[in-house]
Amino acid sequence: MDFKQDTSNKTLGYTIFDHTADLGLEIYGADAAELFENAVWAVCDVMMDSTTVETSETRSFAVEGADWEDLLVNFLREILFMFNGTRFVPRECAVATIDERHVTGQVGGEPFNPEKHLINTEIKAVTYHRIAVRRTGDGWQGRVIFDV
Amino acid sequence: MFDLRLEKIDEYRWVIPPVGGMRVPGMIFSSDTMMGGIGSDESPKQVANVAHLPGIINYSLAMPDMHWGYGFPIGGVAAFDLTTGIISPGGVGYDINCGVRMMATHLHLNDIKDRLGDLVAALFRDIPTGVGSKGRLKLSVSEEKKVLQEGARWAVNHGYGTTHDLATTEDEGRMEGADPDCVSQRALERGKEQLGTLGSGNHFLEIEVVEEIFDARVAGIFGLEKGQVVVVIHTGSRGFGYQVCDDYLAGMVKNIDKLGFALPDRQLACAYIDSDRGRRYFAAMACAANYAWANRQMLMHWTRETFERMLGASPRELGMRLLYDVCHNIAKMEEFVIGGQKTRVCVHRKGATRAFPPGHPSVPQEYRHVGQPVLIPGDMGTGSYVLVGTEKAFAETFGSTCHGAGRVMSRAKAKKISRGRSIRKEMAARNVVVMATGKGTLHEEIPEAYKDIDAVVDVVHNAGLSKKVARLRAVGCIKG
Repeated sequence: MDFKQDTSNKTLGYTIFDHTADLGLEIYGADAAELFENAVWAVCDVMMDSTTVETSETRSFAVEGADWEDLLVNFLREILFMFNGTRFVPRECAVATIDERHVTGQVGGEPFNPEKHLINTEIKAVTYHRIAVRRTGDGWQGRVIFDV
Repeated sequence: MFDLRLEKIDEYRWVIPPVGGMRVPGMIFSSDTMMGGIGSDESPKQVANVAHLPGIINYSLAMPDMHWGYGFPIGGVAAFDLTTGIISPGGVGYDINCGVRMMATHLHLNDIKDRLGDLVAALFRDIPTGVGSKGRLKLSVSEEKKVLQEGARWAVNHGYGTTHDLATTEDEGRMEGADPDCVSQRALERGKEQLGTLGSGNHFLEIEVVEEIFDARVAGIFGLEKGQVVVVIHTGSRGFGYQVCDDYLAGMVKNIDKLGFALPDRQLACAYIDSDRGRRYFAAMACAANYAWANRQMLMHWTRETFERMLGASPRELGMRLLYDVCHNIAKMEEFVIGGQKTRVCVHRKGATRAFPPGHPSVPQEYRHVGQPVLIPGDMGTGSYVLVGTEKAFAETFGSTCHGAGRVMSRAKAKKISRGRSIRKEMAARNVVVMATGKGTLHEEIPEAYKDIDAVVDVVHNAGLSKKVARLRAVGCIKG
């Protein structure tokens, strides 16, 4: 499995925007695959001090959606469940196949260890509020708001 | 999009006349000062959005602690006809049966003043807090399903507290109609390890002191007096409830086109109450409500044990009695007089507290002649209010009042403006001992991020939606 190297050192791939009571992210990518890959990194970086997380395991995913927006929400649901439901911290992602209604691939990360991983923010859920996925002049951009 | 008009009808009420697809008007309880701030977020529009939903009765209501939420505003109250109306996970919230319980004690501030630091540290050690924290017990799935059906009673039957605790819990800590078969594997998975945990964010366990009594008679009946130590626990159904909400929201969004009407916002996804999907959501939500009651019951039990150990006193000496437990994120089937007829409806309270009047059979026997205790927590380290339910709330707001201070600043902004400050020291300067697990929690929860609790409570008091009984001041606080 090829993960892009040095994710933590390259341009973040996302920005945080302000939203009362909650947390909004704008996520970028050269293409749809990179957008989804960066979304995994963004969630990890927001939830905890990402420098404390390494990749020791990989997990596969296959997610469906009604359109790009629904696909992104369902994908992030899957990623959040890995942490909230199985105590695995995904920090990076390699998309294998992607279209408007399906995405498959693998994430890399490690089991949650409260002694090692410093938590910043609990993400309760991903929401549909102001959800957007669009092609921009120089790539792809997604916007999502989390309930924290 | 449509233009919203807000018409002030008296000192504390603003009406949004129906426009576009609104089936009923909106009504916001607030004050001139707070309405100034409300204009800056989209919550009045959300009040209007809720008024679009089928079967809504009388008004789409909002309490003075109203702020922006998913679909429904936080502080929103709406009742729906059981035949034509809908039920919506967005009208309950992610943290199903997030709520507050308060324990009265025989202690006075002087009895614990010198041990306060140790007491807070011991509670922080004994009560699991923070993101991803595991409870002290791990449930098998079959045992977890019993929790979902029995609620606080499950906890009492397993040695966490006494049957008296159940008598003073809203709905006796158990919601009817819970069906674990309507709950996903994922929710069960998340719930297994989190029973008996406080969580993070705005949840807390606080030691408080009664600072001011407004109504001596009712305070006496609630067992409150000036200088008395009380303990307040604010938490909910943890990851279990979030997952139930998320699962049903996903299913309802998928079927949005089949409802037969247009939704102004995808987060308002809902199902008819009288439909398979609606019934299943209600049954799953009731499971989460019961999980939350068991959770608060267990945390209270451990709090009692910590006090006994740290103060070397017997349960009888400490007298740690559950005053009451309220839920403030819930949908319930309740009976009200509508158009002169007693009618059962589905009331959504999302960041709103039930405030039933004197004489109502749902109010515990010992309080029934004065009305239901209403517990309103302030922001971190501020303290809380105890109020009492009224006839007016029963007639005007489906027996509902506010639930807390209400956020006015995003978490990101709170973090930004408090950068470099030691919030723990600032709280210590106000004589509040604070301990928190999360690095950012204290900064996100600074008092400036919330509306003034006194102002919020004054509105509901003056508007008659509940009456002030006592104000409490925080002296110790643990957070996730």
